[in-house]
Amino acid sequence: MIGVLVDIGFWVLGILAVASAVLVFVVDSMARATYALALSFVAVGLSLLLLQQNYVGVVTVLMMVMEMAVMAVYMVMYMGMNPALMPMSMVHDKRAALAVSVAAFVVLGAGALLVPWPVRRGVPSPDVTAALGEALMGKQMLVMVVVSPVMVATIVGGIVLAAGRTRYDRFGDDLDVRPPRDPERGGVGR
Amino acid sequence: MTLQTVLLVAAALFAVGLYGAISQQVVVMVMMGLEVMVNAVLLAAGAMWWFLAPDPTGQVLLLVVLAAMTVEMAMGFAVATLVHRHRGSDMTDSATDLAG
Repeated sequence: MIGVLVDIGFWVLGILAVASAVLVFVVDSMARATYALALSFVAVGLSLLLLQQNYVGVVTVLMMVMEMAVMAVYMVMYMGMNPALMPMSMVHDKRAALAVSVAAFVVLGAGALLVPWPVRRGVPSPDVTAALGEALMGKQMLVMVVVSPVMVATIVGGIVLAAGRTRYDRFGDDLDVRPPRDPERGGVGR
Repeated sequence: MTLQTVLLVAAALFAVGLYGAISQQVVVMVMMGLEVMVNAVLLAAGAMWWFLAPDPTGQVLLLVVLAAMTVEMAMGFAVATLVHRHRGSDMTDSATDLAG
């Protein structure tokens, strides 16, 4: 009985995830596209819960809902229009993109159905979330140790790319230009 | 729910994301396509973990995929800001010289 319910839940969530992902590129407003993408992420997050990925599923849902909120703010900033009301269709080479996408689906789908997948090895631990925590704090700690500097580099790189004027613009490459090259003169001693 | 059916759904998601990443002109919409593709990878990796080898090591791989998603998003927003500042536009077609 539970197996049937899980099957039904998976198909509902799977169809919802794919349909809302399609809607992202079909609807005629950025705001609706963002909501559709958030819905697709939530459906995938809940599918992960069905696969007993309790921690990863919940993190996916929480992270992506917040990310879509940030994305909506960006759209309002950069599109220069009311994203909920302004219809838009900004695509190029739609036919070629569709052909590539269908070909990718056929290849991946054929692989999924035709590959003789091996039988399951091992059994999941009774509490998969606790097992994940122990792995991260134990023999898999190197993974997190590597991911951490990547995250720091992302923060630094993001700020360098996005900042309009930095100290290098003001003080030169060696930070030795005095007074600083500011667009307006002023301040103490200048 | 079998490995094959989950992978089929993941393949559909990946294909939809690929269409978006190739066809869209707005940087943020291209990022949405990439996000859908990474989402598909996440689902496929989750299914592989559960149906093939459900030990904690596989879950760590999923966390790495989530981290990659975060990095992609943060750098994408930074690049969108940079392109908008220099070109006054958020379209990929106005930044073709990035290709070299």
